[in-house]
Amino acid sequence: MHEMSLCEGILQTLEQQAEVQDYQKVRTVWLEIGALAGVEVEALRFSFDVVMEGSLAEGATLEVISVPGQAWCMPCGINVPVEQLYDPCPHCGSHQLQVNGGDQMRIKELEVE
Amino acid sequence: MCGICGCGEGHVHLDEHEHSHEHDHNHTHSHGAVHSHAPGLSQVRMVQIEQDILAKNNQYAHENRRHFSEHGLLVLNLVSSPGSGKTTLLTETILRLKDEIGIAVIEGDQQTARDAERILSTGVQAIQINTGKGCHLDAHRVGHALEKLQLQDHSVLFIENVGNLVCPSAFDLGEAHKVVVLSITEGEDKPIKYPDMFHAADLMILNKTDLLPHLDFNVEECIQYAKQVNPRIKILSLSAKTGEGMDNWLAWLKAELQLQLIAYA
Repeated sequence: MHEMSLCEGILQTLEQQAEVQDYQKVRTVWLEIGALAGVEVEALRFSFDVVMEGSLAEGATLEVISVPGQAWCMPCGINVPVEQLYDPCPHCGSHQLQVNGGDQMRIKELEVE
Repeated sequence: MCGICGCGEGHVHLDEHEHSHEHDHNHTHSHGAVHSHAPGLSQVRMVQIEQDILAKNNQYAHENRRHFSEHGLLVLNLVSSPGSGKTTLLTETILRLKDEIGIAVIEGDQQTARDAERILSTGVQAIQINTGKGCHLDAHRVGHALEKLQLQDHSVLFIENVGNLVCPSAFDLGEAHKVVVLSITEGEDKPIKYPDMFHAADLMILNKTDLLPHLDFNVEECIQYAKQVNPRIKILSLSAKTGEGMDNWLAWLKAELQLQLIAYA
């Protein structure tokens, strides 16, 4: 259930930014979630509505931008797509992979008023 | 609720001391001021944020890490499923090292102070954090627990995380390494079933090897799975109960502590 904590983190950022960017209400939140970030998007959506209740983002729409996983294959010397952390390189079958994309979870932008 | 960082620390339960709110963290917390505004004047606009969701935790972790490095502390975040033998590994480690090295433990569990009591019985400092409904320790709570410990410089601090192979992988506490403990009764495929944790760890300890003759656990396969998920992971096999393999673990700890004493420019 750490998606709940993630949403609490999102709310803290929204509240902090409300002062800096001078807005009173958040209508939409765009998140960028990598395939390798260990986040269950459905659980995140559920927690989002619960956590935002009674806040400046109550009823806000959550938009999730999925980012595919990517790793550097050391034997091949190229970036390759990976769906899971234990996937082999699709070209050479090696597991000597260094994840270098799709592990992020970021708040990208907001629609506010 | 903590007046400085607004952390609602009431549900963080620490043993030994009465709860005090003094701390020297430098963080502010806004409560999202609600301004009144005239209807019709509201303007919808876009705001670029580009901020990591875990930014807050990472900021606290960064402060913890700076503190650890200033004091030459080796801090290890022990993670595993419940019942892998983390606390026994700790008590056995402490009994072997406490005369040479300063050691303290932060214990994380949903409820009870049982683990902290087991550590206290070895004669070193321990603090229990009860996470209540929470499934992991975060850097902020660890920062508060630190204020309650009197740690000598160049000590080892173990943070025994909540028994959970999922959530603690995402939360940096400021540690030097995550150490994942896997007991052989759990089965060899845990690294690929819970890849995030094994990916985040630098060391895997295969515990309870004394039970190998009684089980069908395939050590080679387990190591292979762990390396699939994390090619850089180091692996030690031991039995905290019989002491087999403990020497390697103690040697690793001492070597890592030495590394903390190097003052890099």
